[in-house]
Amino acid sequence: MSSTLVEHEAAAKAPRPVTTGTPSPRRSRRLSWGRITPYLLILPAIVFELLVHVVPMVVGVWMSFIQLTQFYITNWLSAPFVGFGNFQIALDFQNPLGAQLARSFGVTLAFTILTVGSSWLFGMAASIVLQRSFRGRGFLRTLFLIPYAIPAYAGIITWKFIFQRDTGLLNELLVDNLHLTDTAPFWLIGDNAFWSLVIVSVWQQWPFAFLMTMAGMQGIPEELYEAAAIDGASVWQQMRHITLGLMRPINSVLLLLLFLWTFREFNTPFVLFGARPADSANLLVVNIYQSSFIQWNFGLGAAMSVLLMLFLILVAALWAVWNRKVRRDA
Amino acid sequence: MKIRILTAGAAVLALTVGLAGCAQSGESPAPTDASKPYAGTTIKYWATNQGPSLDADVEILQPELDKFEEQTGITVDLEVIPWSDMTNNTLAAAVSGQGPDVVNIGNTNATTLNTTGAFLPFEGEDLDAVGGKDKFLESAWQTTGPEGVAPTSLPLYSQVYGLFYNKALFEAKNLEAPTTWEELVDAAKAITDPATDTWGIVAPAGTVNVAMHIQYIFTAQAGGSPFDKAGEPDFVTDENIAGVRQYLDLMSEAKVMNPSNAQFTDGTQATSEFAAGKAGMYMAQTGNVAALQANGMDPSQYGVVPVPAPAGGDEVGSFIAGTNISVFKNTKHKEAALEFVKFMTSPEVSETLNKAYGTLPPLKDVPASAYEDFPELMDMWSLILADHAIPMSQVPTVSAYQANVGGGVVALFAEAATGATPTDADIEAMLNEAQQKMATS
Repeated sequence: MSSTLVEHEAAAKAPRPVTTGTPSPRRSRRLSWGRITPYLLILPAIVFELLVHVVPMVVGVWMSFIQLTQFYITNWLSAPFVGFGNFQIALDFQNPLGAQLARSFGVTLAFTILTVGSSWLFGMAASIVLQRSFRGRGFLRTLFLIPYAIPAYAGIITWKFIFQRDTGLLNELLVDNLHLTDTAPFWLIGDNAFWSLVIVSVWQQWPFAFLMTMAGMQGIPEELYEAAAIDGASVWQQMRHITLGLMRPINSVLLLLLFLWTFREFNTPFVLFGARPADSANLLVVNIYQSSFIQWNFGLGAAMSVLLMLFLILVAALWAVWNRKVRRDA
Repeated sequence: MKIRILTAGAAVLALTVGLAGCAQSGESPAPTDASKPYAGTTIKYWATNQGPSLDADVEILQPELDKFEEQTGITVDLEVIPWSDMTNNTLAAAVSGQGPDVVNIGNTNATTLNTTGAFLPFEGEDLDAVGGKDKFLESAWQTTGPEGVAPTSLPLYSQVYGLFYNKALFEAKNLEAPTTWEELVDAAKAITDPATDTWGIVAPAGTVNVAMHIQYIFTAQAGGSPFDKAGEPDFVTDENIAGVRQYLDLMSEAKVMNPSNAQFTDGTQATSEFAAGKAGMYMAQTGNVAALQANGMDPSQYGVVPVPAPAGGDEVGSFIAGTNISVFKNTKHKEAALEFVKFMTSPEVSETLNKAYGTLPPLKDVPASAYEDFPELMDMWSLILADHAIPMSQVPTVSAYQANVGGGVVALFAEAATGATPTDADIEAMLNEAQQKMATS
C-alpha cells in the first residue's frame, strides 16, 4: 500500500472537526461554486423540461378557462374569460357534447380494462412458459417482441387492411375459408369497431407486459420452486405464492403504467378509424381531439383534457395509497 | 473547478448563439439586381395535395416554381400537405407564427379561416399587387368570403361536382344518362348486381367533408339551406332532412350502393372502384379526372352530367368548390409572397396547373385546357359551373357545420351499412344534435 493511500485512509477515518460559527470566507466561496456547478449543468435540462412539459400544462389549464375559438386563435389574450363555463359544457350530460363525453368515458374505461387485463395476462403467460429453457426459446422471445419493435403507424395500418370488409384478410378467413358466416361483418364501423380496437391495442401492448414480467421472473431464485416442490406445493400453489407473490411490485407498476398509457390512447383509434370513429370506439382522447381540432373550440377541448388529467391523477393517487397499504400489511 | 464553470458557461453560450442563429435565419439578403428586388429571398409554400399523390404534385408544381425563381430570383420551398393534415397544420402555423409564407386551402374553409385573423387581407395595394379582383371569374370570386369583407384567399383551382357515369355499363343495360334523381335511382337499380360486386353508384360514404358537400347540394335541391339569412345554423328543417334522406337512401332504401362504402374514409377508394368498373355512377368533383386517369380510366370511357335533382326540385348540381391561395399575415417576406401569388394566379400558370390537375381556371379568358381533347366534357363542366352551381354559405361556422352535419351523415351511413334503417326521426335527431353542438363553436 502506498504511503499516499495510507494517509488518505487515515484522514478519512479521523474525526471531522466540529464546525463552530461561520466558516471562513475562502472556504464558503469554494463550497458555493462546488454546489452551484451541478445545478448550472442541469439548468438547460430544467429549462427545457419547463418549456416542454410544465409551461404547456399551465397554458392548457389556463386555456380551459377561456373561450378560445377560431376567432381568438391568433390572439389568445383577447379570448373572453369564461371561468368554469367550458367545464360546465363538458359535464352537462343533457347537452350533446357532455353526453358524448360521458359515453366516450365509458367506452374508454371498458377498452382500458380489457386491453390492460388481456395484455398483462398474455404477457405473464408467455413469460411463465418461456422461463424454462428449451430449444427455440430465443426465437420465440424475439418473435413475441416484434409488435413492440414495429413502428406503431405501420402496425395499425396493416391491421386496418386486415379489417377491411371486402378485401380484408380476417373476413376472407371467417367467410370464405371457414364459412362461419354468410355475410361479411364490418370491423371498422358499428359495434365491432370496439373489438377491433381492443385486438390491435392488445397486439401492441402485450409484448411490453411480456418484457417486464420476463425480466421480473429472471430475479426469482429457482431454489424457491425446488423447495416448494419438495414441501409438496402444487404448480398452482407455486405460481400463486412464489411467482405472483414475488412479482407483485413489478406487476403493480406495470398495471399502473399500462392503465395510464391505454386510457389516453390516441394513435390506434385515429389511424384505424380516422377522425370520426364509430360511437362504440370513440375514445376520450379522440373526443377531445374532435372538440379542439374539428369543432375548433380549443377552450372546451382544454377543459376536457384537464378533466382527463384529474381522473388520471386520481387513479395514480389511489394506486399509491393502495400500494402503501399492501406494503404495510406485508 | 474552473473547467466546470467554463463548461457550464460554454453550454449557456452555445444555447444563446443557437437561438440567436435561429432568429436570424428568416432574414433576406440584400438585393443585387434592381429588376429582381426580392432576389435571394426564400419563401415557404404549403400546397394541398391536388394530384393522384404527393410526389405527383411535386412533379407538377416544381417546374413552375423553377420558372418563378428564374423570373424573380425568389426561391420557393415547396411542401405538399395531405388534405387530412392541412387544417391542423394551418391552425398550428397561425398560432405559432412558424408556418409558411403562402398556403393554399379548400375554399369551403375560406370564410372560417378568414375569421382567425391569421391571413393577409387582399385589399388596396396588396390586391393591386396580385393583379386585382377583375381578373377572376365572378363565380370563383364568390368563394373568397362574404360580400363587403376583404378576402384573405384568392381562387386558384375551381371545381364543381358532376355525376360521372360509366359508358360501357350504361350501354350494356341500354341506359341513358339520368336527368332526374328518379332516373338516377332507376339506372342504379338496373346496374346493381351484388352477386358480381357491381353497384349502381359509389360514394365515399365514410368521408365527413364529402357528406357535408352532398348534403348541402341536396338540401339546396329541396329549396333549403343549413343557415338562415342571418348566417345562423338552421339545420332542423324539412329541406335539410330531405337532403340527408336523399343521400342515405342510396344505401338504406334503394340499396344501389355497396354497404362497404360506409368505411371509405377518403375519396381514393371510391375513385378506384369507379375506375375498375365496379360502379355505374360516381358523384365527384372536376379534378377527379386526374385521379381516374391515374387509376387507368380514360375520359373516353365515362360521361359527365349535372348531379340531377328530384322531379320538381331546384336544378342545383353543385356548390362552387375549389382551392384558394392565402398569404400568412405574419410573413417576413410579404412582397415576395404577393409576387408569388400574382405568378400563381397569372393566366399562363393557371392554365398549366389547372390542366395538370383537371380543374377549372378561375380566371377570365383562360380556357379549361384539361379537356381540350374532350370538348363535350369541357362544355359540361362549364355548363355546371354557370347554370347548376351555387356558392357555399359564407359563414364563419361553415367548418363546424362540416364537422357536425357531415360527421352525423357518416354515422347514419354506418348504421345503414350495419343493418339498421335510419328513419326521418333519426335524421332529425342527428341534425338537432349537430345544431346544439354548433352553439359552442
